[in-house]
Amino acid sequence: MKRVYLDYAATTPTDPRVVEVMKPYFSEVFGNASSIHTEGQEARSVIEESRKKVAKLINADDTEIIFTSSGSEANNLALKGVAFANKDKGKHIVISAIEHHAVDETVKWLKSTGYEVTIVPVDKHGLIDLDVLEKSIRDDTIIVSTIFASNEIGTIEPVKEIGEICKRRGVYFHTDAVQAFGKIPIDVKEMNVDMLSASSHKIYGPKGVGMLFVKKGTKVTPLIHGGGHEFGLRSSTENVAGIVGFAEAVELRMDEMNEEVKRLTGLRDYLIENVLKIKDSRLNGHPTKRLPNNANFSFSFIEGEGLVTDLDFNGIATSTGSACSTKSLEPSHVLLAIGLKHEEAHGSLRVTLGKDTTKEDLDHILEVLPKSVEKLRKISPFKGDWK
Amino acid sequence: MSEMYTKKVLEHFKNPRNMGRIDDPDGVGKVGNIVCGDVMKLYIKVNDGKIADIKFETFGCVSAISTSSIITEMVKEKSLEEALKISRNDVADSLGGLPPIKMHCSNLAAEALHEAIYDYMKKNNVEISEKLQREHERTVKHLDIAEHKHMEYFK
Repeated sequence: MKRVYLDYAATTPTDPRVVEVMKPYFSEVFGNASSIHTEGQEARSVIEESRKKVAKLINADDTEIIFTSSGSEANNLALKGVAFANKDKGKHIVISAIEHHAVDETVKWLKSTGYEVTIVPVDKHGLIDLDVLEKSIRDDTIIVSTIFASNEIGTIEPVKEIGEICKRRGVYFHTDAVQAFGKIPIDVKEMNVDMLSASSHKIYGPKGVGMLFVKKGTKVTPLIHGGGHEFGLRSSTENVAGIVGFAEAVELRMDEMNEEVKRLTGLRDYLIENVLKIKDSRLNGHPTKRLPNNANFSFSFIEGEGLVTDLDFNGIATSTGSACSTKSLEPSHVLLAIGLKHEEAHGSLRVTLGKDTTKEDLDHILEVLPKSVEKLRKISPFKGDWK
Repeated sequence: MSEMYTKKVLEHFKNPRNMGRIDDPDGVGKVGNIVCGDVMKLYIKVNDGKIADIKFETFGCVSAISTSSIITEMVKEKSLEEALKISRNDVADSLGGLPPIKMHCSNLAAEALHEAIYDYMKKNNVEISEKLQREHERTVKHLDIAEHKHMEYFK
């Protein structure tokens, strides 16, 4: 059976062109970039070229790009790094209600060590309340961290407006752009962003590489001390092949972005329009201010893990925000934050498209999905007459 | 999926047995899991002290559906006494095991079965053991919490 992969938000296949470009950097150009000899300098030079490429995508300076192992590490560095380095200013942190766990778990931990946290609510579409955000900022606030675009419901936040507020109030602004980077245009200067997290494996680059953009002058304590790599912010011998692959993936995204935005938006809307024909279904997240490749639905009376499993039996890979699919047995906090009831969050399905997605793929899921939903509804006790 | 669930679990999920409702049941067990929000309804018909027919309806994950399905297979034609002896471990074992985080689903199935039998016994003035009475009270409490958590669907 042909597999139809529709979980690009979880991860992407590494682009074969990226794999090609990475090959020499395992056994041929293998030097430690900190070594003075030729082998080392070869590695050093390619890392710095890669840095320039990545910086270009978001209009940053090359010295503002810190390579990490992942988006999660970048988020940790931003939050803990700023928290530890700015204690004399204060210990108050502001985040949104729909952050990725790499942000809210980090902040939860910081809270347990004595930091104060304010969580800004979102509306029913997942848009951050700018008024509440502004009012939450105090004299002792050291960082505002809000997701650029939601990994779950795709909503794209008013990043420029948030940046303006933070600039006016003199507080660092970090954004987790893991899902947005490489998909939609980002300009850190225009948007007044101080820090930004990104991840390679979300944009057809290799897993194991990410980056944190840190605006010049931002006070950050490193998480990893050692040889002083990455401008002192992230010591460790660099993952040269990974960094090269990441940069190649970035260049490919930059070339293909405009077309991909158009193409994916068209496919996404085709999918949404047809899925919503299923009775008792709804779209989660903003109808238009959403990532070109993201669709998130709730189907009443059924549960998400069952739905994902049934789709998987039919060759289709998707994901869900259902409680049954998490380790904590709690439904997705993002879906609850936009006002969904537990049972609606339970019956959620996330479908995310990618560069290899075709209309035929969508026609396949459109054929299977109504049958899967129907099958689970037959099993369900909720037919309008529970009592 | 194959890392998480056994073939038997997936088989029962793909082709659930005894799914549906009985129009004039002799006993009905309604249960709700307060942790994850799964909900189950089990219907039985009793003849000569044996479970003559049994059907289920479940709102829940792969584990919830497959444990409901297999428990109906396990107790059909069995006596009420034998059915009451079935525990969550029996249910999980007959499926070849469940991931630890999903064991609560097997408990839900056992609870629903015992509750259906309780309902039958109550309606027919059959003596109810203290153990079953306590189970019933716990089930009702959990169901109440689950209903409040998922009020929309229970309307």
